[in-house]
Amino acid sequence: MSFDNAYEAISENNDETRWAFGTGFVDPLSGVDTSVPDGVDGADLAAYCLMLGDDALIMSHRLQQWCSHAPELEDELAIANIALDLLGQARLLLARAGKADGSERSEDSYAFFREERDFRNVRMVELVNGDFAATMARLLTFSVWRLALLQRLESSRDPVLAAIAAKGVKEVTYHREYAANWVVRLGDGTELSHQRMQAGFDAVWPLYDELFVVHPVERRLAGIAADSDGLRSEVDDVLTQVLTAATLTRPEDSAGKVVGLVSGMAGRDGVHTEDMGYLLAELQSVARAHPEATW
Amino acid sequence: MVNALAIAGTVTDPELPMLTLADLGVLREVSEEDGRVVVSITPTYSGCPAMDTMRDDLEHALRDAGYTEVEVRTVLHPAWSSDWISDEGKRKLAESGIAPPAAAPRGGPVLLTLGAPPRKVACPRCGSDDTEEVSRFSATACKALRRCRSCLEPFEHVKEI
Repeated sequence: MSFDNAYEAISENNDETRWAFGTGFVDPLSGVDTSVPDGVDGADLAAYCLMLGDDALIMSHRLQQWCSHAPELEDELAIANIALDLLGQARLLLARAGKADGSERSEDSYAFFREERDFRNVRMVELVNGDFAATMARLLTFSVWRLALLQRLESSRDPVLAAIAAKGVKEVTYHREYAANWVVRLGDGTELSHQRMQAGFDAVWPLYDELFVVHPVERRLAGIAADSDGLRSEVDDVLTQVLTAATLTRPEDSAGKVVGLVSGMAGRDGVHTEDMGYLLAELQSVARAHPEATW
Repeated sequence: MVNALAIAGTVTDPELPMLTLADLGVLREVSEEDGRVVVSITPTYSGCPAMDTMRDDLEHALRDAGYTEVEVRTVLHPAWSSDWISDEGKRKLAESGIAPPAAAPRGGPVLLTLGAPPRKVACPRCGSDDTEEVSRFSATACKALRRCRSCLEPFEHVKEI
């Protein structure tokens, strides 16, 4: 049951689950009633779960890249924990997708064996990290948006989504607070930290509008998907509150026009930025090199 | 054979070994029918990496006690709250130098309060209220890291969620 050191545990032939990384975990929805609510198209529900799940998965991956690079030990811990929360949300959502459309596809299969065009995350989460200020600008924007989404999702007619959301709300509340505190500290800090914090928001802003595009799948899932009514003004208000406290300037909006569309398509349609391919190469290479392995 | 609930009640949390899963409020239900045991547990945080270990530990404990058929189920609703840690659990945390959580905030819209007055958390070592938060996150997602300004010792605090 107990191991004196990590290597012993790896080499020992046992069926115990001691590791927080790898593949082949027990289905996180094991024992949960995953039947699809009446009148709901399972394929649509699965597509929606992938959207929210991929947002969390890819954002988590970008945050994981800070491991061993954060400015202080405390932030190292914070960022790793935030990434872990998001990974947990992603696991539940991807597992929910595989149950909703009847494919029984596993979380691992979704994470490691899909092509770029099949990922449904918004593009904001896939951009390379940039400096710490840029990472905090994105984390704040993402967390404010995701918290508002998850709060709405708590009243979803799908009890599984509602339960995942209720749990996520508690977690993302902490993420938002952590990012907001850094944004204020750096924005209202030295001339240089202010400059870099502003540059962080300037960099993330062109992809802000994309967060509020209502996808046809979401429209078809009225009562199941988070209600988008008033979402943008709610997110705007919180961001303005933080930016003002941080003495930062809110970047110019692109007037509701989503930038960088390809034939009208963006992240939710599987059309990503060039950063995405490199990210997936890193995320998926080990699983693809040893497709039968669990570790 | 010892009752399944009593067996499951002895299994401890892998990250907070001073607490049983029952103390922590993670063990939700144990039912027994014709020698088959169904145990329901709920994660503290969505990404809690200890879930699989808890699952294994519960299965092992029940098998060792003679139950051959054991199923461990996940329950997601209602979401775990630090309010579910029993009084006994809070006492054990404090004894082990971990500050137990106060009452969790109520549900509903969560306002972002910048520069909110810091929470008062007493040092589990010397009892002083003069403590400060060093990091909102600690060795596990469920704990924050704090420091006592009186006795200067660092300590962990189970967060209110």
